[in-house]
Amino acid sequence: MSTLFGVILPYAAIAIFILGMLYKVIKWGKSAVPFRIPTTCAQEETLPWIKRKPHEKLDNPSNNLAVVGRMLLEVLIFRSLWRNTRAEVKADSQKLIYSGSKFLWLFGLLFHWSLLVILIRHCRLFFEPVPWILDVVENIDGMLEIMIPTLYLTDIAILLAVTYLFIRRVVFSQLRYISLPADYFALLLIGGVAVTGVLLRIFFHTDVEAVKELAMSVLRFSPEVPDQSISWLFYFHLAMVCTLLAYFPFSKMMHAGGIFFSPTRNMANTNRVKRHVNPWDYPVKLHPYHEYEEEFHDKMKQAGLPLEKE
Amino acid sequence: MSDEVASREELLKTIDYVPAKQDLYKPNLEFRPGTWNYPANPKKAELVDLPYPREWNPTDLDWKLPENWKEIILKGMEERLDRYRSLRVYLDICVRCGACADKCHFYLGSGDPKNMPVARTELMRSIYRRYFTVGGKLLGGAAGGRELTEDVLKEWFYYYYQCTECRRCSVFCPYGIDTCEITMMGRELLNLVGIGINWIVEPLSNCFRTGNHLGIQPHAFADTVEFAMDDVEEITGVKVNVPMNKKGAEILFVTPSADYFAQPHWYTFLGYMMLFHELDLDYTMSSYASEGGNFGLFHSAEMMKRLNNKIYAEAQRLGVKWILGGECGHMWRVIHQYMDTINGPADFLEVPKSPITGTVFENAKATKMTHISEFTADLIKNNKLKLDPSRNDQWKITYHDSCNPARAMGLFEEPRYIINNVANNFYEMPENTIREKTFCCGSGSGLGTDENLEMRLRGGLPRGNAVKYVKERHGVNILTCMCAIDKATLPAVVDYWVGDVEIGGIHELVGNALIMKDEQKPRTTDLRGDPLPGVEGSEEGGE
Ligand code: HEM
Ligand code: SF4
Ligand code: SF4
Repeated sequence: MSTLFGVILPYAAIAIFILGMLYKVIKWGKSAVPFRIPTTCAQEETLPWIKRKPHEKLDNPSNNLAVVGRMLLEVLIFRSLWRNTRAEVKADSQKLIYSGSKFLWLFGLLFHWSLLVILIRHCRLFFEPVPWILDVVENIDGMLEIMIPTLYLTDIAILLAVTYLFIRRVVFSQLRYISLPADYFALLLIGGVAVTGVLLRIFFHTDVEAVKELAMSVLRFSPEVPDQSISWLFYFHLAMVCTLLAYFPFSKMMHAGGIFFSPTRNMANTNRVKRHVNPWDYPVKLHPYHEYEEEFHDKMKQAGLPLEKE
Repeated sequence: MSDEVASREELLKTIDYVPAKQDLYKPNLEFRPGTWNYPANPKKAELVDLPYPREWNPTDLDWKLPENWKEIILKGMEERLDRYRSLRVYLDICVRCGACADKCHFYLGSGDPKNMPVARTELMRSIYRRYFTVGGKLLGGAAGGRELTEDVLKEWFYYYYQCTECRRCSVFCPYGIDTCEITMMGRELLNLVGIGINWIVEPLSNCFRTGNHLGIQPHAFADTVEFAMDDVEEITGVKVNVPMNKKGAEILFVTPSADYFAQPHWYTFLGYMMLFHELDLDYTMSSYASEGGNFGLFHSAEMMKRLNNKIYAEAQRLGVKWILGGECGHMWRVIHQYMDTINGPADFLEVPKSPITGTVFENAKATKMTHISEFTADLIKNNKLKLDPSRNDQWKITYHDSCNPARAMGLFEEPRYIINNVANNFYEMPENTIREKTFCCGSGSGLGTDENLEMRLRGGLPRGNAVKYVKERHGVNILTCMCAIDKATLPAVVDYWVGDVEIGGIHELVGNALIMKDEQKPRTTDLRGDPLPGVEGSEEGGE
């Protein structure tokens, strides 16, 4: 049993994850970018006296450096989601009203940043000795020692965030309408990983040293399953992580990679400055001037328009 | 109009953002009159060699699809997944967070949940999952897959022609998912099996043959430009001349055909002519490239290329140095985003340089085409124009950013700079409705037909609502814009939602304010022929 859950499953999951990612990324990479189509969210660079504010230079990037900046803003602080508003129609006063709506942005950020920090914290299971940077992250995250053992800030944050993200899908009718089984599944899976993780820390302690031995042995490609000291709850936690890994490349979670491939965000608005070549361009049927003049020759002549052939 | 569409109060009551239908994947086949466009005329389709031209009707059960339609669509999808990274990535990565949902004017105006951009994309994404992903092939519906049926195709037709390709959703999506890209693909696929709408196919077919969407032949083009010259003379006393198909001119001027054929575009056209005359600009218009707009964009990349080709070809034939473009929205999407790629490189042209100020437009270094608002803003900045802003005092002005120059270009400051220099009363609409967050007119991308009026008005609600706000607050009486489709379709939208607000162009205001050297006597009317404030016969302003 523990060999299945502790060794075979992780290897399979990691293999599927890596191959799946490669498959997707290669598919995307091979798909052409025929046109340059950045979404321009601010004034473009035109006449030199039209000054642009720093954020405008990122929202409508005119060079690759600015594109990197734009991308970083999207990835690190969800720039576009920050714009979010909510619309309401008031039929009696005949008005359409937009109000700022930052909850998705807030909980989305909490969710992703906690996910990242938790991932970083888990790295300690794979390193001996543990790099100092991991200690730093852990200490900061553990600042708030609410209970003993430490309940990490990110643990609270991710549970809160997943709960919010799930509830909004159930409660808001627009979201209910667009939500698919896969959307609930992803949240439940990540929520499940988080909940079992927290349980392992606080209530059902497991032998972390043994887990670390297992992890490092798997990493060395000479897996050794420690004897009974690892609890079934850990294997449950691990199984969910493996499911997440294997599911990842085939799910919407691929937005993590896809965002870098998004042509409306990763291209500079140099449209009229630099030529962009369409790799699959092909000749098309045209209506050249001489055919046009042939058809309308007499009429053009009467109207006094200059002609190629009198 | 009002006998076809319910009153504004009634219409507003039908909008409910709580979705009534709870099934995203059940095709909606309710083709309510007023919410869709007539199919393409087969004769017009044949003229440009479109596949499977035929008579059919969306309300019929049988759409007379070719026998192997499913194969064609799936093959077309496969091809496009390899050709457009946008398509493949966007079909893969949406998390259905819903941030885009209430950003679409069609959703805001209709409450139809399938008009949420995420749902619009899901209509195609479900097919993608079923036929192109492992999970969907194995698990089908459980993995969000859906069989491709005729009903799905019909639903595509309905909803991909209820998207104006405005890109507002893309501004708000955390990954920049641009539903416009999906809509473009959806339309290309539908066109493969002969499903298209006439208000796109007819103009593009006309344009291919005669050089412009309206099908105006060269002699008629010359006539209408002559009328415009007469109008300018009547108002200003100055006789202007518009060179046509003139070889060796320095600049080729291209503008949407509506500018010289429709109201209120006409006044903007007069403005251009006055400006060029005043500058003594060495330019020419062309009857062959007499269309800046490009309805091919709303049809397919191929059609866009076929139409757009004329501009560079004509610039080369006439031997001009660079190209100047008039006020238009989707025209500038094509020029800015596509022209150099599809029909360049324009090596035979020079980097645009204003002959008046000497400014080199470095931002058009490759494409060699400059927007008239860039050109004019540069003139004003360099004090090359004599302007009397009080000649626009009859107007309290607001400005509508058209989707394409806004979100596919970033042209925000130039028009505002011009307005502030040629007029005294300028008021912005609320922040959530301008610049990159601007709302579509509701009729863009070929949807501006009479038969589609209800949907257009619904889509125009957010814009109408914002205009109403500045009208009530500041007494705004003109909505200016730089887009031919806006000028053609906003009057109906604004009439319906607001009332008593005119639509106008930026160069109409420029024309009003422009003091011309050759003018002998003070002007008494504006370009619309209405008496100027303070002149006898006017209602003598005052607040
Ligand atoms: C480049 C890295 C990433 C970026 C920029 C990113 C960004 C985002 C954004 C903006 C959202 C929408 C708002 C929200 O629901 O929070 C989102 C949703 C989500 N992300 Fe990420 N993400 C990244 C990596 C990941 C990873 C590695 C995972 C999973 C292990 C993940 C799991 C999810 C899930 C499950 C949702 C959907 C939440 C829901 O259903 O409401 N993300 N992501
Ligand atoms: S905002 Fe983007 S990720 Fe979110 S639902 Fe819309 S398209 Fe999908
Ligand atoms: S492109 Fe515009 S019309 Fe189309 S779905 Fe997005 S917001 Fe709606």
